Amino acid sequence: MHEMSLAEGIRQIVLAEAQKHGFSAVRRLRLEIGRFAGVEKPALAFCFDVVMRGSPAEGAELEMIDLPGVAMCYDCMREVEIADRLDPCPICGGGRLVPVAGDEMRIRDMEVV
Amino acid sequence: MCTVCGCGGTVTLGGLELRHDEAHRLGLADPHHGHDLGHGHGLLHVGTGPAGVSVAGVSLARLIEVETDILAKNDALATGNRRVLRALGAYAVNLVSSPGSGKTALLVRTIEAMAGVPLAVIEGDQQTENDAERIRATGAPAIQINTGKGCHLDADMVGRAMERLDLTPGGFLFIENVGNLVCPAAFDLGEDAKVAILSVTEGEDKPLKYPDMFTAAKLALLNKVDLAPHADADLDAYEANLRRVNPRIEVLRVSARTGEGMADWVTWLKRRHAAKTLAKAG
Ligand SMILES: Nc1nc2c(ncn2[C@@H]2O[C@H](COP(=O)(O)OP(=O)(O)OP(=O)(O)O)[C@@H](O)[C@H]2O)c(=O)[nH]1
Ligand SMILES: [Mg+2]
Ligand SMILES: [Zn+2]
Ligand SMILES: [Zn+2]
Repeated sequence: MHEMSLAEGIRQIVLAEAQKHGFSAVRRLRLEIGRFAGVEKPALAFCFDVVMRGSPAEGAELEMIDLPGVAMCYDCMREVEIADRLDPCPICGGGRLVPVAGDEMRIRDMEVV
Repeated sequence: MCTVCGCGGTVTLGGLELRHDEAHRLGLADPHHGHDLGHGHGLLHVGTGPAGVSVAGVSLARLIEVETDILAKNDALATGNRRVLRALGAYAVNLVSSPGSGKTALLVRTIEAMAGVPLAVIEGDQQTENDAERIRATGAPAIQINTGKGCHLDADMVGRAMERLDLTPGGFLFIENVGNLVCPAAFDLGEDAKVAILSVTEGEDKPLKYPDMFTAAKLALLNKVDLAPHADADLDAYEANLRRVNPRIEVLRVSARTGEGMADWVTWLKRRHAAKTLAKAG
């Protein structure tokens, strides 16, 4: 989708953190990406490499951690974990599920020097 | 194991690998400060902690817990827009759809149907001022944002457009997003509701192909119903698929061409606006 904008968002956060903590380079950066966030991971990795040029995170290793997709089933009224946004409810087989978690796009941490 | 703080592993310093307790003895780390998960020392623990960090020959590496949403800046700006709209008692709608579903045509009709109600429009397109000109032709104020290569509006663009618009208190703000069913779902603009427009020539399974947008929307306008007989469109199937991805979504069948359903849409808008005003008062 908008992987370029996401990479730009990461760059802004990196610059702000560099100011705050006074580091010169990011060795590794870990993202948390929810299953429902719709992030194209290879595309984001590519944009990351391009957008970080000239920033402290140039050449940094990017690691993406999947967070589970959780939805509320409107048939059995339970919260269930599903792999794909349109999967049926694993408990009752119902198809009317509303996501409650899994749209996260977050920087968890950075290893810096 | 480190006798000072009880953690295991080693510390690499200038290419030299030290045991953790050796590092402590050398005064390289403060054992009583932020010692969790093998980081926070200002020193990198090699091969310890859940992160399993290992960077050869690196000294003084440290782990910074950031825990920040990538879109945090956009979200903060959207919150600012929302506060301005609330202070003005204005109701804002973010219109999202594929290119050509009829966002501008519907807006033109809506403006005619709402004659006398103060409203303003922000138009987002990659190029051209055409859509804003179509709106201005109705007499309503409109600002065009050209996003260039950008495939969605963001809260910063909308905030700047709002400053130039001179919004009337108690009115409506319509934001026509860039025709794109993917990324506008992720970018909060500060609106009160996302309204998704789906035209009956797009295919009944559109909501299943782009679930995020229809999940984010409060209301779906099923537009171009005048074309349904010609397009062999199954309107019930459209609605069923919308409710499949979002059981809470409201659906109205409309035509910007014939005006069908426009009264219901205007009623929906006025009701929502009244509910917001009530919530503010209460
Ligand atoms: N028959 C029919 N045609 C419509 C209707 N609504 C819009 N159209 C036509 O569909 C085409 C696209 O409409 P627009 O209003 O420009 O669509 P849009 O969503 O604003 O398009 P972009 O801004 O380019 O994404 C135009 O030719 C409209 O006249 C409708 O209800 N019925
Ligand atoms: Mg348009
Ligand atoms: Zn269920
Ligand atoms: Zn986009």
